[in-house]
Amino acid sequence: MRIPCSPGILLMIVCAGSPVLLARQNPTLQGHPEDYVRADIEYGARVFTEQCAACHGETGDGVAGVNLRSGKFKNAVTDPQLRTVITTGFPAAGMPAFTLTPSELTGLIAYLRNMNTFDRGSSMAGDSTRGRTIFDGKGACLSCHRVNNVGSRKAPDLSDIGANRSAGSLERSLRDPSRQMFPINRPVHIVTRDGKVINGRRLNEDTFTIQLADEEGRLISVSRADLREYRVSTTSTMPSYEKELSAQELADVVSFLLSLKGQ
Amino acid sequence: MSRRRACALFVLAVALLSYRLHAQSIVTYDRLLNAAKEPQNWLTYGGDYSSRRFSPLTQITPANVKSLGLAWMYQSPIAGSWQATPIVVDGIMYLTQRPNEVVALDAATGRAFWVYRHQNSPDLVVCCGSNNRGLAILGETLFMGTLDAHLVALDARSGRPIWKTAVAESGSGYSITVSPLVVKDKVIIGVGGGEYGIRGFIAAFDARTGKEAWRFYTVPAPGEPGHETWEACPPKSETYCDPEAWKHGGGSVWVTGSYDPDLNLTYWGTGNVGPDYAHEQRPGDNLYTASVVALDGDTGKLKWHYQFTPHDRYDYDSVQVPVLADINFRGALVKALMWANRNGNFYVLDRATGKFLLGKPFVRVNWMSGFDASGRPIQTPQPAGMPTYPAIQGGSNWYSPSFSTRTQLMYVSAWDEQGQLFGASPLEYQEGRNFTGGVNQPFVPMAGEPTKAIPGAPAIQGLIRGPINNWTDAAGHGAVLAIDPSTGEAKWKFNMIDVTDSGIVTTASDLLITGGREGYLHILDARNGSLLWKANLGAQVRQNPMTYAVNGKQYVAVIAGLSLTVFALP
Ligand code: HEC
Ligand code: HEC
Repeated sequence: MRIPCSPGILLMIVCAGSPVLLARQNPTLQGHPEDYVRADIEYGARVFTEQCAACHGETGDGVAGVNLRSGKFKNAVTDPQLRTVITTGFPAAGMPAFTLTPSELTGLIAYLRNMNTFDRGSSMAGDSTRGRTIFDGKGACLSCHRVNNVGSRKAPDLSDIGANRSAGSLERSLRDPSRQMFPINRPVHIVTRDGKVINGRRLNEDTFTIQLADEEGRLISVSRADLREYRVSTTSTMPSYEKELSAQELADVVSFLLSLKGQ
Repeated sequence: MSRRRACALFVLAVALLSYRLHAQSIVTYDRLLNAAKEPQNWLTYGGDYSSRRFSPLTQITPANVKSLGLAWMYQSPIAGSWQATPIVVDGIMYLTQRPNEVVALDAATGRAFWVYRHQNSPDLVVCCGSNNRGLAILGETLFMGTLDAHLVALDARSGRPIWKTAVAESGSGYSITVSPLVVKDKVIIGVGGGEYGIRGFIAAFDARTGKEAWRFYTVPAPGEPGHETWEACPPKSETYCDPEAWKHGGGSVWVTGSYDPDLNLTYWGTGNVGPDYAHEQRPGDNLYTASVVALDGDTGKLKWHYQFTPHDRYDYDSVQVPVLADINFRGALVKALMWANRNGNFYVLDRATGKFLLGKPFVRVNWMSGFDASGRPIQTPQPAGMPTYPAIQGGSNWYSPSFSTRTQLMYVSAWDEQGQLFGASPLEYQEGRNFTGGVNQPFVPMAGEPTKAIPGAPAIQGLIRGPINNWTDAAGHGAVLAIDPSTGEAKWKFNMIDVTDSGIVTTASDLLITGGREGYLHILDARNGSLLWKANLGAQVRQNPMTYAVNGKQYVAVIAGLSLTVFALP
């Protein structure tokens, strides 16, 4: 009578790019290095240096009898188990329980699975300060988004996006917004029975009503029975930054987004 | 007549009535057999032995349902998923609340008479919270199964325990969440623990003494019929294979069965095989998991079985309530057993013989492509990385459907268009430890690319949802289906944005009463599915709404969140 699905597991769906990848992709997430995205591995490497290297060492063999570099673990086979190992620790043996955001955990696991081959030298470490400059300037992100009470209310508030979204999915949001767009964020177009037009994004929805924010961020609740038209688009109104920004700039913006962890 | 005299007469009438009530409240087996003849009461989990959840009450009608208003509320002191269905006996409602408490309420006012608290053993292990689905009654004795795998008998007048029987070892993962079923002088229960490698069973206990009368193991031992479906491990196996898989083969029982007194057969659904997903280590069909078993009402001997999901690898528990009715089926009157299974198919079986008469998907299904002539599903496991439909919570689950003898339709709470990525990883059994063997992930398809997931997209929450739905119907949606059992086709469908864990009750005035995860209580027209009335209860409904009457007034009772809310006409 299992009624499972922790939100943690939800964050770990791996996108399969091609039919070949599909066949290789293993839904048990048992650590095939190719199942993980570069951006997550890089973020994980950073979190590892900050949180884990003091004991495990940068090379992963700092604790006697433990070799994290091997990508195989005595105490965990699957990724969810690895998550549990990290979040519960081994207090008796000297590893504390870690409280980490879902994005940090996703990154750490991607890194642990790839530690063996990951080359820090060639990695394109993003710089969060440079990222912020792009975010505020060239990227004009604030013309739609809001961060810590500054910016527009047209698009989702990004103040805690770095805690909730993995590095990989943030990067995909920048490169290919429509394919990464979460269903709740799909733009809606509403015409009420009395002819009023509302464009906005959903905050909540049920069988009889819809709660949304219009382009000025005003909170609106409508009853379906009062609508003449209700359309949900699957095309994001956010532009792709794939060509707009260089790979290094994208890594910088992702790094800045990851630093946004709310208050 | 003066006002005072009228008042005095009224008091007298009430006094007489309550005196009658008192004399009546002994629930004999004969009353259980004829439960349909006392529509004011709700004497068993499913309303009566047929589990149709069809109430003959007609005071509330499609015409006056809009005038329903609050009669009373009762709030549980303990937070969590409250799955109980109350029983009502002559004006008194008996109800379980978390973890294993029983409360007796005045069914007209909601005021409490007594509360009983069972002390659970601290070593218990349960997968899914402190659930309990309700009570059974015989004579003046109430029966409750407990999380620490005891069966408790209580005096219905005082709430004092009469006997307690240890049914199984809770530390090994056995628990009881099912509402018991009384048949003749015995109380029948089953054990939960399908995620802990239990060996499931259904057992009957003497209602007077608590002594075990019979036990039917849902996983047969060596030498017993059905054991051959726990095939020997291949001599050289590359992956882990468990030579003693049957010993922890699951087959839990956590939803109440039904009973046909004419055939003297009691029907029970069995849960998933253990381990849930790591299927290669237990070769064979793995009987009698994910099946219905028909047992002799006196001895518990197996009369027939039908396995809905042979060699299950999707946690498709067959723990749905078996619905019994004699229906017109392709020109003949058939003693039918109807079943909307977690695996996404609607079934009609001949309940005398177990013969497969019909099987048809009622939601999106891709784990199988059809049935062979014997009614065995032709399985089509999806390649790694591709979604399986239905998802782990299934096309329907433990909440009860309803069958209306007026419309001859079977009403089912369904989850449609929800996919899941299933993955298996072998594991060795360890007593009392989680024994599921794999990781599965909900699947939210990209728009226009149905086999690709949106990475990280919020999916339907497993257990309890908060006030926000940020997965939307793109992740799957709920519905009430009205299935014509003679064809398996839905005659109508009432779609919801979110899914539903609410059971259904129908009435002889053609009301269909149900709830959902969004926190609404819906009353639909059972004939065509149109919405007649709704109330926002503010938290998800995770139990079976029911209806009863006291002193000629009809009530509708539903639990949402921590509140039991009871409605009536003014
Ligand atoms: C204070 C020291 C310390 C820190 C900091 C620490 N660990 Fe550990 N870790 C240990 C010790 C000691 C063990 C061995 C426990 C044992 O063998 O029982 C261990 C074991 C592990 C294991 C299990 C290895 C296996 O083969 O099963 C993993 C995985 C792991 N650590 C990951 C991490 C990660 C990721 C971090 C950073 C978030 C981290 N640890 C931070 C001390 C530490
Ligand atoms: C023209 C308006 C617009 C601009 C400019 C814009 N975005 Fe967006 N963005 C949106 C909208 C609308 C959404 C919600 C729909 C979606 O997910 O695509 C969104 C979604 C996102 C998300 C996902 C949020 C979530 O909760 O899932 C991220 C991350 C994001 N944008 C980052 C950025 C960054 C960084 C920039 C600047 C480099 C930027 N956006 C520029 C409109 C914009």
